[in-house]
This record gives sequence, structure tokens and C-alpha cells, in this order.
Amino acid sequence: MTETDDHRCDVARCVDTTRADAPLRHMVTVLDTQESFACRSDESLLAGMVRLGKRGIPVGCRGGGCGVCRIEVVRGDYVRHKMSAAHVDATDLSNHRVLACRIVPAGDLEIRVLGRMAQHVCAPPATDSAG
Amino acid sequence: MALRGVLRAGEVAIRVMDMKAARQHYGDRMGLHEMMTDDTGRVYYKAWDEHDHHSIVLREADSPGMDYFAFKVFDDATLTTLEQKLEAFGLQVERIEAGVYPKSGRRIQFVLPSGHTMQLYAHKEQVGNTLGLVNPGVVPDEGVIRGFRINRLDHLLLGGGHLDENVRLFTEVFDFDLGEKLVDHESGASLAVFLSCSTKPHDIAFVLQPQQNKFHHVSFLLESAHDVIKAADMIGKYRIPVDVGPNRHGVTRGATIYFFDPSGNRNEVFAEGYVHYPDTPTLVWDTRELGQATFSQDNTPRESFLTVLT
Ligand code: FES
Ligand SMILES: [Fe+2]
Repeated sequence: MTETDDHRCDVARCVDTTRADAPLRHMVTVLDTQESFACRSDESLLAGMVRLGKRGIPVGCRGGGCGVCRIEVVRGDYVRHKMSAAHVDATDLSNHRVLACRIVPAGDLEIRVLGRMAQHVCAPPATDSAG
Repeated sequence: MALRGVLRAGEVAIRVMDMKAARQHYGDRMGLHEMMTDDTGRVYYKAWDEHDHHSIVLREADSPGMDYFAFKVFDDATLTTLEQKLEAFGLQVERIEAGVYPKSGRRIQFVLPSGHTMQLYAHKEQVGNTLGLVNPGVVPDEGVIRGFRINRLDHLLLGGGHLDENVRLFTEVFDFDLGEKLVDHESGASLAVFLSCSTKPHDIAFVLQPQQNKFHHVSFLLESAHDVIKAADMIGKYRIPVDVGPNRHGVTRGATIYFFDPSGNRNEVFAEGYVHYPDTPTLVWDTRELGQATFSQDNTPRESFLTVLT
């Protein structure tokens, strides 16, 4: 996989699927729920999930900053964009533990959800790291 | 009291992971004015109607969040008085020479009970709002008000522990008022506190978090709730990630939209709210009305509001 300097995947681009350079679609399977969705090669995995109204991965800042969308990529290739070092360290990266809002599928993927939204305002649980 | 002592939130230093993307967001999209880049690569912005040289400082780093924030005080004597009061309160105060921070007079710096680094300063170079000071007129030239049509930096919300200690510091040392607070109905524990040093409903707020020194959002003042809707149109057009679409806070009664910068730092544009005076009683919300306290147009709490921070 490669890391790019792109600030975010270009979800803003309006895509004409009849064009020769139209983005590819890759199947993403969430192993926790066995749900699958087709993610475009020009949007983040999380953006693809949200666009189709699917659930499973917690959705937070969508900029690689808050850490709630942490996943493990069990199988498949992807492109990784910058993400907060407060949530993902070198060991995480080499074990394909990444933030779903900052990776773009480069083929079909199987993933597991690691991140969690804290559930209750009165008893905020500890989160994994600062940032 | 006339407005003397601590005046307003005057500077917020935000970490971003990609300066190019951040410039597009804060400059091109939001419409803040880029004032300069210093020799460490930090980029400085102001909103059009602020007279001081800058109010937002961006620094490229490997994780987002806030480095420090600074309030402006009325004059240098205030700074001296507050340094003594801070030490009497029990905080360690660091002095920073004039000029260490660009365009800025001397500062004092200390760490809040919630873990955030706060500074105070009395002087910053004033560059004006383009209208001039004599017969200034009312409308700046075309292009000065642009993007989300932000008038000025308004307030910030920070996450951490020891909220009641923060309240004691801000009320006893800085003469803020506790405008509103959100408490747990069962235990009475403070979950969020909203503090004012002006006639605005809040100038700074803190929300309870399991970790110290977290950044919830920085908020910018717009002219009207209508401008909040127009900002939401631009946010949609440019596919800026939205946390909570246009709504009204119960606390402060401000019209709001929450969105994220490209590094995941939360921003808000904000308008309206009521007028606060030093004799306005503290308003208390509890968790039985968590929905209305946070978002009063649908009375629905958002889990991301209390859990997504940088
Ligand atoms: S949603 Fe915040 S890091 Fe992905
Ligand atoms: Fe706010």
C-alpha cells in the first residue's frame, strides 16, 4: 500500500460512471456483520459506507482525527492517507489497523471494526489515546 | 462592570495534518483572511471584522487538536494583576517575552485544571477591518466578507476533567460568570459548563471528558441565523463533513452548524443567542433534557457531540 500527500480522497468530485476514467468499485465486507457494500476507488471506505446509508463503522470527524472509525483490514489492498498519530502508531500501520475515513480501497477488502463510539454521557469510558 | 479585565478569546492555535488542505478549508471555504506565514511554517488568519492582526494560528503536525488558546485582556496592568491572582490560586505561571509570539506583546501562560494551555496577552498589532477609523462607513469592499461570511472568532469548547475547578478559576480569578451548566440529573455532577466574560452567553465552555486537554470545537460568529443556513449550503456544496446540521442550541440559544476541518478538528458557525449580564442568574440543564439542552429544534442528543474530539 502507498501513503499519499492527498489531503482527503476526492469525495467532492461528481462522478460520471460512463466516462472511461470513471472510478472502479470494490466490495468491502465488514466481517463483524457480514454486510458488504461497493466502495468507489475515489472515496474513503467510511465515505462509501455513509453514502449508501450503511452502518457498522462509527462515523466521527471523517478527517483522520478522532479515531472512532478504527478498523483492521484483514484482507485486500488500499491506499492510506494521513491520519492522526495519536490514534494510529507504526505498529498499528504494519498490522493494517487504520482509520476507515482515511483509506481508499484499491481492491476488494475484508475488514473488522475496532473503533467504538462512547455510549453514555454520564459514564464516559476511557478511549484509547489522546489527540 | 463595564467590559474591562479579560476581554475575549483572541487566539486559538490549531494543529492540522496537511497545511494545503487546511488553507483551502479555513481560507477559501470559510473565508478567513490569511495574514502571514511565519518562519516555522505556521499560518495566521483573521476574520474580516476583527481589528487585531490574527485570531487563528495553524501548525502542521502529525495529530490534530489544539496547542493553546489565548484571551486578550484590557491592558498591561490587568496582566500583572492576573499573574498574581493566578499564583495565589495555585497555578504556575510562565512569562513569555513580547515578540516571541508574532505581532504580540508579552504573554503569561499556564495550564488549566482541565489540562489545556491558556495564555493571556494585552497587546497585539491592530490592522483594522479595512473600513478605516474615521467615517468608516458600514460595508467593506466586495470580497472582504466572503465564504461563510464570518465576522469574528466567538468562543471555544474544550474537553477534559475537573470542570468545577475550571469554573472556580474562571469566576474567582478572571471574573467570568457561569452563564449555564449541564449536570447529571442523578449525581448533580457537572457535565458541561459555559462561562461568559462579556454580554455573550458564553466566551468559553468545557465538557467532561475521560482525557485531559481535548479540543471539541472553535466557533465563529456570523451575522444571522440566515447566514448559518447559507454557510450550510456552502458546506454541502464542498462536501465538508457535517457533525450536526443547522439547529439551535438550548444552552446559549445560538443558531449553529457543526462541521469538521480536513484534519477532523470540529468547527462551528454560530449566530444569535441572548444577552448576558453579570446579574443574569446561572441557567441549569440536566440530563433529563439532554436533547433540548444540546439541539433544541429536534430535542435529540447526538452521541458524536460528547465523544468525537481531537
Ligand atoms: S471518523 Fe474521525 S478518525 Fe475517522
Ligand atoms: Fe459552540
